[in-house]
Amino acid sequence: MSALVVKDLCKAFGGLRVTRNVHLNVEPGERRLIIGPNGAGKTTLFNQITGELRPSSGTVSLLGRDITRAPSRVRAHLGLARTYQIITLFARDTILRNVTLALLGLSPLRWNPFVSFDRQRALLDRAEAALSQVGLAHLKDRPLSQTSYGERRRVEIAMALAQEPKVLLLDEPFAGLSVDERQDISRLLGSISRDVTMVMIEHDMDIALGFADRITLLHFGEVIAEGTRAEVVSDPRTREVYLGH
Amino acid sequence: MSGLAPAQTSRLAQMTRTPSGMAAGVVALVGLATLPLWLTDPYYVNIASQILFWAVFALALNVLVGYGGLTSLGHAGIFGVSGYTVGLLLASGHGHLAVVLAATLMTVLASAVFAVLALRATGIGFLMITLALGQILWGLAYRWASLTNGDNGVNVSGRPAPFGLSLVEPGAFYLATFVIFLFCLGSMVAFVRSPFGASVRGTRDQPRRMSALGFNVWLIRFLAFVFSGFWTAVAGVLFVYYNQFISPQIMALQTSAEVLLMVISGGTATLLGPIVGAAIVVVMKNVISAYVERWNMVLGIIFVLIISFMPEGLVPGSVRLCRAGYRAACERIGLTGRGKLDVSDGVDR
Repeated sequence: MSALVVKDLCKAFGGLRVTRNVHLNVEPGERRLIIGPNGAGKTTLFNQITGELRPSSGTVSLLGRDITRAPSRVRAHLGLARTYQIITLFARDTILRNVTLALLGLSPLRWNPFVSFDRQRALLDRAEAALSQVGLAHLKDRPLSQTSYGERRRVEIAMALAQEPKVLLLDEPFAGLSVDERQDISRLLGSISRDVTMVMIEHDMDIALGFADRITLLHFGEVIAEGTRAEVVSDPRTREVYLGH
Repeated sequence: MSGLAPAQTSRLAQMTRTPSGMAAGVVALVGLATLPLWLTDPYYVNIASQILFWAVFALALNVLVGYGGLTSLGHAGIFGVSGYTVGLLLASGHGHLAVVLAATLMTVLASAVFAVLALRATGIGFLMITLALGQILWGLAYRWASLTNGDNGVNVSGRPAPFGLSLVEPGAFYLATFVIFLFCLGSMVAFVRSPFGASVRGTRDQPRRMSALGFNVWLIRFLAFVFSGFWTAVAGVLFVYYNQFISPQIMALQTSAEVLLMVISGGTATLLGPIVGAAIVVVMKNVISAYVERWNMVLGIIFVLIISFMPEGLVPGSVRLCRAGYRAACERIGLTGRGKLDVSDGVDR
């Protein structure tokens, strides 16, 4: 059973067709890279997979289950997590609180008005473990507004990992980072267990190619090439629309 | 490090953890609990009662405005449902206990209906829908004269006597109001500290992210609205028993705006702010109006001053100024200026 299947997915904003008959079949544990020039519809595709956008037609299934009509919160409970291209964190809260909130989203405690959130040891321990994994444990009490861009990227990843997703969508996790930070994030992503299926949108070919088992090339909302790293890189269409040679 | 705010807990909760904060809390509570003993003039005792039930109303609205990020301009309508239910049921001869329970239930139901209709939108849309709904209820109270007696209002005779204690005297009524106020404040502290409170604040800051994290944003907002409606109901019951009268005037936009001003001037998303705001408005209305005919203008000037100098509200603003003063004083005598006062920037998250 595939981890994530997208079939015949179409999305149009008025006359603008941003997703055109996209097919995607991601196996469990696979690392899939989605590349494409700006405006190829990569993030729009992610938004349809996570439920933030309704597709015009087509289906999305997660672990064999049709989730095309499910709201994003239900998809989160089924094991889908994502990071955002434009960081959307809780700026007024501490790093630890951000990650704990991610855990709260999947916990029945989120409805509880009677206990103290700060005393939920089990949640806090798991949040701290996720922060250790991304190397931010020592900054856990720092308010998010006082962190660097690179640290925020890691908080993004920690929040997604804390939820122990089965399928993790990463939307340009290297965007805006320095060379050193890119290597840190790359190592971090490399350390994630193969129990987690990962789909990544990325522009940085040097780093992203090393990550991918398979690559999908999107152009004007259409899949124009798909295959192993070598196949897609050597594909003349890739060179034409993306690598620019 | 200066200015690193431990953002998780409420400021009130933090304050009551330090010895001086705890002492201040105890003094305030004892002072309020014994108020009828040291404030013998019933006029001022009555003003204190008014401050407390308006504070309950403002705290209720703050759940939505401050923590939920949803500005309602229709809460006077919800407040009026409670008041009119008490007035009309008492007039038709029901007992106090049944009346109070029915009023609470009716009002919670009304706020649930408000929530379902208004939560189709956020921001200005939410504000306009609540405004319209509040005006509809005001119009009903005003026009449906066969039920509500229209502009003449409904008289209420007598106050309840819980556990055989008559609330007719101002002192007794004040104490009953104070006890209810404490329950309200307690429930607000619990709400702010709780995971549910964190869920509500999360939907205020990043609704889209909250959905992606697995939260049901709509339901969280709905429940916050109903929680707000519950304490609005309680404030309405206290209001009508205090005044022994209710008329459509109290359901008008003016009331919604006044309570919103209490919340904003005191400080949204704080526990003390709405209480301070309620005190300012009630004192202005009752005390200043005895000396200045155009007290509304004085109130307006005060609000302009607050918004100009402390846009975050009086309570967080005062904390900020105190902290700046403390730091300046420390620097003058050669300390680093990093002290206890640095632990919070005065806003409950």
